[in-house]
Amino acid sequence: MDAYDIVVIGGGVVGVSIARELSRYKLRIALLEKEEELAFGVSKANSGIIHPGTQNPPHSLKGGLCVLGNRLTKKVCKMLGVEFKEVGELIVAFSEQEIERLISLKKEAEMLGVPRLEIVNSEWLRANEPNLSKDAVAALFAPTAGVVSPYRLVYALSENAVQNGVEIHTQTLVQDIVPLAAHGSNGKGRFEISTSKGIFKTEYLVNAAGLFADEIAKMAGIDDFKIRPRKGQEFLLDKKREHLTNHVIFPLPSKTSKGILIIKTSDGNPMIGPTAQDIDDKNDLSTSEDGLKEVFASAQKMIPSINRNDIIAYFAGLRPTAGDDFIIRHEEKVPGFVNVAGIQSPGLSSAAAIAIFVSELLKKNGLSMERKLIFHRSEPKHTHLFTLPLKRIKKLIKGDASYGDIVCRCEMVSAKEVRDAIKRGARTLDGIKFRTRAQAGRCHGSFCTTRLMKILGEETKKAATAITKRGPGSEIVKQDRNDTR
Amino acid sequence: MIHDRDLVIVGAGPAGMAAAIAAHESGVKDILLLERDQYLGGILNQCIHTGFGIEYFKEILTGPEYADRFINQIRKIPEIEVSLKSFVVHLTKDKILTFIKPGIIEEVRAKAIIMATGCREKTREMIHIGGTRPAGIFSAGLAQKLINIEGLLPGKKVIVVGSGDIGLIMARRFVLEGAQVEAVVEIQSQTQGLLRNVVQCIEDFDIPIYFKHKISRIYGKDRVEKVGIVRVDDDFNEISGSGTEIECDTVLISAGLIPENELIEMAGVEIDKKRNTPASDELNKTSIPGLFVCGNSFKVYDIVDSVSRDSAKAGRLAAEYLKALK
Repeated sequence: MDAYDIVVIGGGVVGVSIARELSRYKLRIALLEKEEELAFGVSKANSGIIHPGTQNPPHSLKGGLCVLGNRLTKKVCKMLGVEFKEVGELIVAFSEQEIERLISLKKEAEMLGVPRLEIVNSEWLRANEPNLSKDAVAALFAPTAGVVSPYRLVYALSENAVQNGVEIHTQTLVQDIVPLAAHGSNGKGRFEISTSKGIFKTEYLVNAAGLFADEIAKMAGIDDFKIRPRKGQEFLLDKKREHLTNHVIFPLPSKTSKGILIIKTSDGNPMIGPTAQDIDDKNDLSTSEDGLKEVFASAQKMIPSINRNDIIAYFAGLRPTAGDDFIIRHEEKVPGFVNVAGIQSPGLSSAAAIAIFVSELLKKNGLSMERKLIFHRSEPKHTHLFTLPLKRIKKLIKGDASYGDIVCRCEMVSAKEVRDAIKRGARTLDGIKFRTRAQAGRCHGSFCTTRLMKILGEETKKAATAITKRGPGSEIVKQDRNDTR
Repeated sequence: MIHDRDLVIVGAGPAGMAAAIAAHESGVKDILLLERDQYLGGILNQCIHTGFGIEYFKEILTGPEYADRFINQIRKIPEIEVSLKSFVVHLTKDKILTFIKPGIIEEVRAKAIIMATGCREKTREMIHIGGTRPAGIFSAGLAQKLINIEGLLPGKKVIVVGSGDIGLIMARRFVLEGAQVEAVVEIQSQTQGLLRNVVQCIEDFDIPIYFKHKISRIYGKDRVEKVGIVRVDDDFNEISGSGTEIECDTVLISAGLIPENELIEMAGVEIDKKRNTPASDELNKTSIPGLFVCGNSFKVYDIVDSVSRDSAKAGRLAAEYLKALK
């Protein structure tokens, strides 16, 4: 088998953005993901904020990439038909002292190039953010902040990458990497990657393995950083509270995090969180009563009317930290190997800029990059009934009756949307949820799970016992009693 | 085009069906009965155990048998138009209601509306159980649907959280299907279900039931592996040192029901935020004249017989309201 020009390890927003960016060029590219679907690692727990670039140290790599990424993400979303809501953010001060910190945050952010920053006073806040605590005295307003659906961004990017020739291999766990450079590169590739799905050979290897980037780097012979998971617990509120705030609301940042936020999400449900807790276990996605208490207390300080009964869901995600900044570099010791590691916050915001940064890094290190004549722009936009006015829904139902066949009642998702999601790659109930929002509402799938299982079974020709929540091992049911053999 | 109707009833479970029949008996001649499922009867269809109808019919029936009594009556009444797979997406204070079904979206202006939309179950999130989020966590009602309607067994080693009736009935159902029910865990000091269900579903099957205990944590990466269980004091605080763990592959949540009133909330009906029901002192009435709510969406009932009785009153109230309009 011929070698690939590039293999990207990791199917989160970073890996997928890089693969898509590189698919503009005449290159043979493969992306390897250990989970059954993309965005099932760090990305799935992302809060969806596209940060403007504030709250980053000046001269940091992540600060610069975030500012550029903010601009690029808007463009990418537009091109790929992903909704980007430019809601703006407020960093809120509760005392005169804190206003001093706002002023220095503003200065730092302006050094990084964050545009249109403004310090707004309490009158402005009363008028524009009526539910905000009356104790708020001022805020730093960054109008360029936005929100997206993190998984739908990953899926749109990956679909576009596939359209442009990228091969995506899921359920492909990297087990070993052998740099062959010592034997001289004779067109057979400088790296041999052993995986659970066989061997891949490649000239260049990009490590975007998120929480496991240190382990992948070690396989390739680089052992100078460690990924430390920093857990964040997030709590999602009922869509009825959509207009709780008009902006993403931040307190002043601490040393390790941006604090507990009131987040607007692209689907409407407000979210509160995340916590920031350094842990050791890369698989620990548990939530706790303490986490809830911490988040709730902080959120209530900013928005006193938040009610515990509004919480409909919660989850935890892990930020893959490696020190304070991103690590993005070509390893001189292992020519052809690029590490993209420690991509914690603002990783989603920076991903589009990271992709360009990595593409330039590869070019600098000998990758020949010739543009393709045609770079396919996008697939047709996904339809989500819950975002549309009734008039549009009427038209859709006229065109295809199954838009009128509602599967998920809490979020108004039709059978047509579910089938489309599966045609576009959903293979699990979580995959359907991330793409369509079915099961993401207040009943949590109590009413629609059986129907979703049937549709997924029909479309993928799978037995009910083979339907999973998020891949092998997470089968929904244990036995089919109709099967009496 | 907007269609005019005298009475629209949303939901054709026991409440909606009883309301429709009673409204017709009281003289309403134009009734549209909307049901989002593909059959009438609502949740009764998955309740294949007995115990229904003792008060209303003086007979012991299964859920589907109880539903059939009403379905057969409705089929004989041409003035009740049934529309299945019909999902209401919008409701205004002027009683304009929009519903969609495969191939169709329709706007209806009703003179009176009865909402009989039932309940949803409290989720694991609403009772704040910490831990991981693997496969194997089900609401008791979903597990009931999987077993009784789909013929699928959700799990083989089961913990039931909460001792409401659905939880008790499902504990027995799992045992009958050959699964092991490790425990029913109830945070209160006594069962939340009917005494007959405690005897017939739990005691008769020797299922351990732990009062004043709660699930402190769910463990497992892809599938539930075990739960932490802990004793609580009178204020429901965990008693430290009382914790233990139980291996299981399934956690059933049966911690109570929440009336589904999001549509009337959209229309501007005053809502009792604590119960998620219409804020009302009078049975079946709301703050909007001519907009009635009945059955479990008005208040959570213990037995279906009382739902049928009270929902028939809603049908009569709607008939009176329509008469007064003329």
